[in-house]
Amino acid sequence: MLSNKSIVFSAKNISKTFGAGKKITTAVNNVSFDIYDGEIISIVGGSGCGKSVLAKIMLGLYGPSKGKFHYNGKKITNLKKHWNDVQSVFQDPFSCFNQFFTIRSQLEDAFNILKKKPSKEEIKRRVDEGLLAVNVTPSDIEGKYSFELSGGQMQRMLLARIFALRPKVLIADEPTSMVDACVRANILDYLMKLKEELQMTIVFITHDIGLANYVSDRIFIMHDGMIVNSGTPEEVLDNTRETHTLKLLDDIPEVHKKEWIKNSHRSKNKEAS
Amino acid sequence: MSENIFEVENLSLHYLGRFGDKTHAVTDVSFNMKQGEILGIAGESGCGKSTLVSGLMGMCIPPLYPTSGDVRVRGESLMNRTVEDIRSNVLAQKVSMIPQGAFNALNPVRKIKDIAADVIAAHQKPGSSMKASEIYERLRSRFDLFGMDTDRVLNSFPIQLTAGERQRSVIGISTLLNPQMVIADEPTSALDVSTQKEVIKMIFDLLDKGIFSTMIFITHELPLLYHVADNIAIMYAGEIVEKGTAEQVVKDPRHPYTKALMGAMLSSEKSQRTRKPVAIEGAPPSLAKKIVGCRFAERCSFARPECKKNTQNIRMVGDREVRCEYAQ
Amino acid sequence: MVKLLKNLLKSPMFVIGVSIFLITLAIAFLGPVFYDVDTNARDIVAGPYAPSSAEHILGTDHLGRDYMSLLISGLRSSLYVGFVAGIIATTLGVFIGLFGGFRGGWVDEVLNMGTNLFIVIPSFVILVLISSAVKDGRSLTLIGLIIGLTTWSWSARAVRAQASSLRSRDHIALARINGASSFTIVIKHVLPYLLSYVFMVFIMQISSGILSEASISMIGLGPLDSTSLGIILNQAKDNGALSDGIWIAFLPATLIITLTVFALYLVNTSMEGVFNPRLRK
Repeated sequence: MLSNKSIVFSAKNISKTFGAGKKITTAVNNVSFDIYDGEIISIVGGSGCGKSVLAKIMLGLYGPSKGKFHYNGKKITNLKKHWNDVQSVFQDPFSCFNQFFTIRSQLEDAFNILKKKPSKEEIKRRVDEGLLAVNVTPSDIEGKYSFELSGGQMQRMLLARIFALRPKVLIADEPTSMVDACVRANILDYLMKLKEELQMTIVFITHDIGLANYVSDRIFIMHDGMIVNSGTPEEVLDNTRETHTLKLLDDIPEVHKKEWIKNSHRSKNKEAS
Repeated sequence: MSENIFEVENLSLHYLGRFGDKTHAVTDVSFNMKQGEILGIAGESGCGKSTLVSGLMGMCIPPLYPTSGDVRVRGESLMNRTVEDIRSNVLAQKVSMIPQGAFNALNPVRKIKDIAADVIAAHQKPGSSMKASEIYERLRSRFDLFGMDTDRVLNSFPIQLTAGERQRSVIGISTLLNPQMVIADEPTSALDVSTQKEVIKMIFDLLDKGIFSTMIFITHELPLLYHVADNIAIMYAGEIVEKGTAEQVVKDPRHPYTKALMGAMLSSEKSQRTRKPVAIEGAPPSLAKKIVGCRFAERCSFARPECKKNTQNIRMVGDREVRCEYAQ
Repeated sequence: MVKLLKNLLKSPMFVIGVSIFLITLAIAFLGPVFYDVDTNARDIVAGPYAPSSAEHILGTDHLGRDYMSLLISGLRSSLYVGFVAGIIATTLGVFIGLFGGFRGGWVDEVLNMGTNLFIVIPSFVILVLISSAVKDGRSLTLIGLIIGLTTWSWSARAVRAQASSLRSRDHIALARINGASSFTIVIKHVLPYLLSYVFMVFIMQISSGILSEASISMIGLGPLDSTSLGIILNQAKDNGALSDGIWIAFLPATLIITLTVFALYLVNTSMEGVFNPRLRK
């Protein structure tokens, strides 16, 4: 079904290592995949599985140590040109803004990356549009600095930046891991809205397979630098015997699970009551 | 053992601003805990959870001040005592805290065993001095319970450990003196799901082995609390809005805010998968101003006009507490 | 900015510190307007150790020079040395610390090694060696320059620590994918966070400059072209004022040095508490 769509990212046997000699660590180990235009792909795994390094490779911040990594069929050479198309939201909303400048001026700064920078009025209009897209009244943040907003509001600001800039691809690096459940639901909504309204290709990095299931077209499960399982949410969640996937599923504390932690007096008591 | 080990009575706390302005971060919180009980406290960030933790330990460090109310551990009040008094006579032995950021809690230039040895040394009875080797043996026998490579962890600096090992070390150190009460302030929020489960498993192990038995567990993840806690209290804008058993609060919430919180949760279970999580729009009211009426009224989908006027008090619905006069 | 000043003025430490420092500045620069100051310190106006009089408020020194005049020009020289040393040490320290801390990698390692080298070599020893090597041209400016060039290392270290902790913040990454150049990132996204810090480092460097100059002059290796507070102390020492108990020869100079450094210390400490950007609102 995806064959008629063009390939955005293509990775062929890419590896990324850090350090040298005996201290060498392999963050990404011989990984291959294609990501198609307009997809939401989730990369799921525990901390240290290499998912963030993979995100940085897609963003062009790292080059692969081995293998071929292409964006739109070409190697990433000109970073500024790459960031015209590929943008990111980060994990820690609290450290994402410079506290010495207003939020608004920093949202407007995003347009500096564009080769054809729009006029001032156009930028202002698009930032307003971006803010409205994440349900923030532009006048509410007029003259405000980052430390006057909550973590959830700041995470929205980062998404407003994406709605304003409208890149072709968004790399969302754990945008939900440091916010409350309520804000998390919001962020997932906005990611889906970006896909539906702006046909954006989204790579969503998370450690929670439940979230991945909700938003994604396809899921990659990562462990120890390798993609150990991939496919549609149904394929990955329901019809898998792959151990790492099963463990990730098993580890989410969910209400329907009878005995989340096994063999403890505590959880047995719970079942009995 | 049915007497209350921990009693909180109408506790209110406020921050004093630089210009004499007060922010009432915690308002009128009351609950009792019995030996062996695990109480979960949940709410959004900024709801006063972390302030409440300071208050529950008696650690009101300016600009935080107690407004009114009392906190008692086995009948001993923790209010209006000096920070030094609390530090040397209460913390670690009677009430101990497991903080969220393990990295900030551990001194980066000291090894785990030294940090832990300090805790033992600081709370020794005068006159009884333990040898370094004795202290190390004691640490070893305790850390052996945690399912880690004990010798390596004890002889490492915090930066040499994984996030999970660090958090487990912090828990190990906080519970070293077998405290009567443990307050865990979002101990797993910074961890991935698998590490979170390991940490919870370790806490359960400690409970099973009787290292400590009574705990307050704070998080914004209601499903996690469901598995960890016996009873759950939901906080909103500094107040407890609902308190009942974990079963009651999570599976059959009554307060509109609890309902909304549950609605924002996702589930990977097949039948639940397509249900859309609904975020609660808007933001909690500012606690720097006097609030009239129900604090949740602005965001409540069941709100009636009079909700904005009538202050809501805790009332019993069945055998649970709910702060909403319309809750069934 | 106004808010910041208001906050600062609320701190008694700051007010006291700034007041004392302003008074010393006023004495140094307005003194000559009201008092007949001989900046060359050559005029012998009365006999040695003349008592205080209407003409010579604090009397005269062992040569018969007006003591008040010496103090005022000495203070001017000391402050001058302090500022020269402070500006050089801070500029150098900030530049090296910022560059190393922000770039990271081998650049950082090389610079950090150099910084640590300067920290372990006692700067006072270098100061003594250079001062005794330069016999004729030992001017006030040169002394300031040498002090600045030997004491920059710990401001570099402080700035480096701050800069490298900022490097991993996401707002730097965001600025980068906004297309900002490294120069813009340093100026706009790193330096503002360090500004209060740099200012405090500057103040500390001035006071350490004043102290270093006093010490080097005290042992007779001070500037040859002017009188500083340290030179006054050196001459008092050489002429036995200490053993003879002629307190007027050393006490006022010591007091002025102590007060100036203390004032700068107060300003520095009070700023630490107030110079927080979160308090701007």
